[in-house]
Amino acid sequence: MKILTPTVLTYLKVVLLVAVVPAVVGFVVVLAERRFMGFMQDRLGPNRVGPKGTLQGLADLVKLVTKEDITPAKAEKAVHFLAPVLAVIPALTALALIPFGPSLRIAPHVSTPLYVTDVNIGLLFILAITSIGVYGIILGGWASNNKYSLLGGLRSAAQLVSYEVPMGLALVAVLLMTRSLSLVEIVQRQDRIHLWFVFPGLLAFFLYFVAGVAETNRNPFDLPEAESELVSGFNTEYSGVKFAFFFLGEYTAMIIISCVAVTVFFGGWLPPFPHVPAFAALKLIPPFVWFFAKAGFFVFCYIWFRSTFPRYRFDQLMALGWKWLLPVALINIVVVALAILATPGSTRGLFVLSWIFGALFVVMLGLAWLRRMLTRRDRLAAVPRGAEETA
Amino acid sequence: MVDDKRLTEAEKQEADYFARRMTQASLARPSAGAAAAPVEPPTLFDVQEMELNFGPQHPSTHGVLRLVLKVDGEKILEARPEIGYLHRGTEKLFETETYPMGIPHTDRMDYVAAATNNHAFCLTVEKLLGIEIPRRAQLIRVILDELQRLSSHLVWLGTSGIDLGAVTPFWYAFREREQILDFFEEYCGARLTLNCMRIGGLPFDLTPGWTARLLEFVDDLPSRIDEYEELLTDNRIWKNRTVDVGVISGEECIEYGLTGPILRGSGIAWDLRRAQPYECYDELDFVIPVRQNGDTYDRYIVRVQEMRQSARIIRQCLDRLEAGDIRGKVPRVIKPVAEEVYASIESPKGELGFYCVSNGSNRPYRMHCRPPSFINLQALPRLAKGHLISDLVALIGTIDIVLGEVDR
Repeated sequence: MKILTPTVLTYLKVVLLVAVVPAVVGFVVVLAERRFMGFMQDRLGPNRVGPKGTLQGLADLVKLVTKEDITPAKAEKAVHFLAPVLAVIPALTALALIPFGPSLRIAPHVSTPLYVTDVNIGLLFILAITSIGVYGIILGGWASNNKYSLLGGLRSAAQLVSYEVPMGLALVAVLLMTRSLSLVEIVQRQDRIHLWFVFPGLLAFFLYFVAGVAETNRNPFDLPEAESELVSGFNTEYSGVKFAFFFLGEYTAMIIISCVAVTVFFGGWLPPFPHVPAFAALKLIPPFVWFFAKAGFFVFCYIWFRSTFPRYRFDQLMALGWKWLLPVALINIVVVALAILATPGSTRGLFVLSWIFGALFVVMLGLAWLRRMLTRRDRLAAVPRGAEETA
Repeated sequence: MVDDKRLTEAEKQEADYFARRMTQASLARPSAGAAAAPVEPPTLFDVQEMELNFGPQHPSTHGVLRLVLKVDGEKILEARPEIGYLHRGTEKLFETETYPMGIPHTDRMDYVAAATNNHAFCLTVEKLLGIEIPRRAQLIRVILDELQRLSSHLVWLGTSGIDLGAVTPFWYAFREREQILDFFEEYCGARLTLNCMRIGGLPFDLTPGWTARLLEFVDDLPSRIDEYEELLTDNRIWKNRTVDVGVISGEECIEYGLTGPILRGSGIAWDLRRAQPYECYDELDFVIPVRQNGDTYDRYIVRVQEMRQSARIIRQCLDRLEAGDIRGKVPRVIKPVAEEVYASIESPKGELGFYCVSNGSNRPYRMHCRPPSFINLQALPRLAKGHLISDLVALIGTIDIVLGEVDR
């Protein structure tokens, strides 16, 4: 098989990513979102197009493509056109760095790693390129020449800039453990030290995922869109393919946040407990399946958040980002650094940190459960508290 | 004259016409003269107030409310409601038709709570005629009222949840509302514009099995309300969005004439079901939920607890229901003596009253409505001032307006 040189394979993978990701986003994620939300909201969700509604994505695509593409008369035409492109291209580019799996034999004597490229500044590159996507939203909001879109664009400018900071700092804490920015190396190191970084980096993961949800403009941080306030905000004046691009950009960003979470914190393509003999059977499942299963779980979390939480208000969002996430991220860096410095040359510090975080997590879960039970009891009391009659 | 070879003669004329109109308009506008006046060069941080048109096609204005906002960034400096997009001249229509013909018009006022509208109208005319209505009719009226209060509060809960980004309570609330509408449909054939009361009583008796099914529903309801509360009441974000938003004191409420859950959320236990009992409310056992802070969260709590109380009231009414007449002694042609009366009930949104002036004919000389939505809406500019646009959405939700009733 002389044709399948590494270069050709790379091109093939790029084409596959660019062609497959929109399809996956359009079909699987959107359908999953609508069906899951339907399930959570005690309704059916789309179930008419195709068997069990599986072709709904196709119907949506046809609708979006055939819709009239409207540019407002007084819009900044060039920017209005460019904005959705800016939103989608960085997101797709970032996918090139995600390691979906180690080498996979695709033909006799031909095997290729399941990522387009492994850059030694991988994580940094992903952070950098995904922040370019923000420009798409800001410019889209501004170019529409609509006050609501402008407000949406401004909101996203402030929000995304604010949440880049805790997100980057959360990842810095992990970098102290990984000692490498290469995503492949990060996964391999988790394999070597027999520890997923989510355990010593529990706090970092929490910060990363919260900031990630905010970065992708999803509930409860969907302020730039805020359908009920800004009438879809930055994308009010977009229709047809341009709107589809924004849509695609948002969902691809969501997938990237999930993929990076899996790679950095959850051992990428590694099965759970790869070094415990009792779980050896899990290795029969191919690595990339593990990767997609884990990433799928985080995409599911996004959907779950969306159907559970109300939306933050803008000032509260800012307060959360700057007053809570940022200091916590800084403290976390210090804690992780101390744990590493305390045990030079070994990973024992990380394991101790894992146990501490784990214990704290369990305690907080218990307290939350207790609080829930108490408030529930109050609510169900025959005459509700605070309901007195003075008439 | 526009000169473009690509245009047809008709198109040229049209372009001309619009060009002329544009010039006239710009001349007529006083700001056109300002162009000649020396304009100050804009500074780097030229802070400007933006005028934002909120509605009438905005998704969160619960209909066709239009608000003209003056905003500084997202902070609201001034909110001016512009109403009238749904004005149908209902009060004038009452004058042109006989008394019984007025009832269907009331359906279209507060269209998410038609039964209470019917009730207030009928109560006014009954007071004018001096009719006593039979006990069974009273109990059924109370049941319908409370069902309507539930359904109205459910719509409020769902929509105000969606306004703040909580999508799921909406579906839960509408699931129960759907059941309530089914009860209405079985009773009177309509789901929204019910027309379910008549002067002197009711149009129909209950269908067999209705009460049993209703009892089942009412017994199940507290657990359903629990589901909504589970998602919202102790939710940190929900509290962030509602606590201390739109605070109004009890005194101010009275000055504005606010009634209903808004008044009770501000610490004043004024509920017409207790203060001026009508039908058989005085013999029923229920609590009037009151909260002290007067913010959006307290109004939320008051409404949710009212739903629980409504379920209690319905259960008590079902217990007391006995066979009997559903219509009092009503003359065939309703021709009251010349008199003026005012009767009001506690609708889901507040005090809903009708003021009727009769001149002795079969039509009212004047029928004025005191719509709670309209009067409660007055407080919106006061509540919104200084808050953010996001809060405005919460405030429109918390006032619980229905534009059909505001505009009539």
